[in-house]
Amino acid sequence: MERKNLQQQVTFMRKTLFDQGYLDEQFIQLEDLQDDANPNFVEDVVTSYYTDSTRLIQNIEKALTTKSIGFDKLDNYMHQFKGSSSSIGARKVTMACTVFREYCEAGNAEGCIRTFEQVKQQYAILRKKLQTYFQMVRQAEVA
Amino acid sequence: MNLSNGRGSMSTASSSASWKAGDVLDQFPAGLRVLVVDDDPTCLMILEKMLRTCLYMVTKCNRAEIALSLLRENKNGFDIVISDVHMPDMDGFKLLEYIGLEMDLPVIMMSADDGKSVVMKGVIHGACDYLIKPVRIEALKNIWQHVVRRRKNEWKEVEHSGSAEDGDRQQKPSEDADYSSSANEGSWRNSKKRKDEEDDTEEKDDASALKKPRVVWSVELHQQFVAAVNQLGIDKAVPKKILELMHVPGLTRENVASHLQKYRLYLRRLSGVQHQGNMSNSFINLSEASFGLSPLGGGIDFQTLAATGQLSTQSLATLQAAGLGRSSAKPGLPMPLGDQRNLFSFENQELRFGASQQQHMSSNKQMNLVQRIPATIEPKQLSNLQRTAQPLGGINLLVSDHGSQSSPNNSYLIQMTQPQSRGQILNENTGANGPRLPSSIGQPSISNGIAGGVLVRNGISEEGRGTGYNATVPQTSSMMNLQLNQTAQQLPGNSFSLGGNPAISSLSSKGEFQEEVSSDIKGSAGFMPSYDIFSDLRQHRSHDWELQNIGVTFDASQHSSSLQANFDMASVLASQGTSSGQRTRQVRNVSAVGKGMFSMGEGNGHANVQNLSQHLNTLPVENPIRVKAERVPDSNCQTSFFPEHFGQEDLMSALLKQQQEGIGPAENEFDFDGYPMDNIPV
Repeated sequence: MERKNLQQQVTFMRKTLFDQGYLDEQFIQLEDLQDDANPNFVEDVVTSYYTDSTRLIQNIEKALTTKSIGFDKLDNYMHQFKGSSSSIGARKVTMACTVFREYCEAGNAEGCIRTFEQVKQQYAILRKKLQTYFQMVRQAEVA
Repeated sequence: MNLSNGRGSMSTASSSASWKAGDVLDQFPAGLRVLVVDDDPTCLMILEKMLRTCLYMVTKCNRAEIALSLLRENKNGFDIVISDVHMPDMDGFKLLEYIGLEMDLPVIMMSADDGKSVVMKGVIHGACDYLIKPVRIEALKNIWQHVVRRRKNEWKEVEHSGSAEDGDRQQKPSEDADYSSSANEGSWRNSKKRKDEEDDTEEKDDASALKKPRVVWSVELHQQFVAAVNQLGIDKAVPKKILELMHVPGLTRENVASHLQKYRLYLRRLSGVQHQGNMSNSFINLSEASFGLSPLGGGIDFQTLAATGQLSTQSLATLQAAGLGRSSAKPGLPMPLGDQRNLFSFENQELRFGASQQQHMSSNKQMNLVQRIPATIEPKQLSNLQRTAQPLGGINLLVSDHGSQSSPNNSYLIQMTQPQSRGQILNENTGANGPRLPSSIGQPSISNGIAGGVLVRNGISEEGRGTGYNATVPQTSSMMNLQLNQTAQQLPGNSFSLGGNPAISSLSSKGEFQEEVSSDIKGSAGFMPSYDIFSDLRQHRSHDWELQNIGVTFDASQHSSSLQANFDMASVLASQGTSSGQRTRQVRNVSAVGKGMFSMGEGNGHANVQNLSQHLNTLPVENPIRVKAERVPDSNCQTSFFPEHFGQEDLMSALLKQQQEGIGPAENEFDFDGYPMDNIPV
């Protein structure tokens, strides 16, 4: 029963993540790749994403705080970050990245800084939600 | 499909799969060996998993350099490469170029960027597909089609060359008996493969049906090929005999056949480009060319080039074959003068980088070089090229860099024709002292009128051969202004980074127009891997370029229009060898193709020639045919002769013959006060 309950919770949470637009179809692609040979594939990928994005965020942060902002470099970093985010299906994060890049292209430093805050925010929210989600998944498995 | 490989359990062996023939068919596309390159570890992980799910054998790497070394170490270890566009250590497009040049593998680009320009860039650089991130597994499931397509094209070439050469050698089932493992071959493979040689069976045995050992047609190899073809005669050159003549262990008849096919296409293209004048091979001294040469427009028949829009390696090869072997290498291969048509054909319009290339990619391993011509070249150059009336095909200039003497401007535009339909304008910068064709000449127009397109084939092999390729320079009135518009043309950074060949690299550094020269030189052996080497016309290269194999195609009909861009290559080439003041140009293997001469437009032509001659530095010439190079007509330019290295008597006689035929009329016009052809020492 416990297990069933937990599983239901997992299903529910997953659905919410999709409904609320935190995740998109790409996440399902990842889930489809998961199999017996790689039972934790999705989580592994997401973990790798965290590592990578932490680094990128730091880089962007640094680039934004320098006196003269190098928009090209910024765009480069953000391009990478966007790529990673989109490949795990992090929808809201990806969208924020797109806005950021627009400002970047326009050379709008203020816009970039503002948007970057949003990016970070979305990233933090998603990360938290996914952590909860995977925790639940693991609990349901062992239950 | 054989699903015996469990999902995710496939090894990522990058070594050649040891396919059993039967397995190959059953399992394909399972087991496709994919190399995926992406600096993003998350994406890499996902892609790897997806590819494994598709039952492919995956090797991943996060750096382009590593990918390249993996590919180089194991040339036949992969079937397809997937690469990201944005990578920190190397641009994805650059990697794409390298792979195309060196390994001729299909490459799929991917990026989160879906902007049209980026996608276009991918196409132009020769990517066989472009995926937008995030990549879905469905997109990966079908990547095998690119491999098959390429193989199929290769097979076709073999087939064609086979049938072309040996009329009776169609796909004969009876020949299958020779194949030891024919039974195992895929049916499509069987029917197309004809193996006479024992070593062919080795190929069959290892690797999958998909895998075809790639022969890298290095300069030397190509020269041997050209020599063999010339020895046999372009019409009689059949792969088997060529192979025998070449004495290259490990080379299969098939390799030769496909190479020959390309070479022929190349030659055909060259000749085809010149519609107008009949391209008769006539040896025309550069000096002659300088005088009242009819504009190239008339003469050179670039139909082939135009038609195909590509200067295929074959044409290059043909040119080469027709032309000369490098000084180092071959005995001068007589250009099948009769067959030679315009060696230069420029197709202005057809500069199609990339797109058309794709199709031919497979056909031309080395041609990839050409394909890689960056897109940047196109638009502007095309327009430049187009200025000339005649579409010029790619001109392959083989220039051998003789080093020191030449004066700096080596503005040879070496154009390796590509098989792909690309009009390439070869800007020939004759290097030695850069006979610079004045901009007026401009554009990289290797105008048709260039008598005997100067083919300077700069074979730039991936190995970076650099020096001198047999340049078949049709010795037209030397006005092959290969130097297309130096100023105008800017071939943006030429794409090739040829290893080690300083000459080439210098050439390639400037984007040049590549003009495809299609010559009728068919099948001459010596399919040079076509590399597009753009020489910077305007650059001063300090290479001594030796033009070898200069096939000069003249267009007998004279056009009043000035030769634009003419291939002053011929002159340039010729002049290379001369030291200042001495206008003796040694023409090497000049096969004059084409008839008559074109008058290099009064103003332009001559001026050009003049420039050319100035620029041409002394090129060391090996068997110099001393032709009085300069004839500077009152107004004009001196035709600079291409120092030609005649390797062979045959060539010479052929040339002479041509010359006599072709020059007859020309002589009148040119007022050639040089040596009568007869006197040209061979």
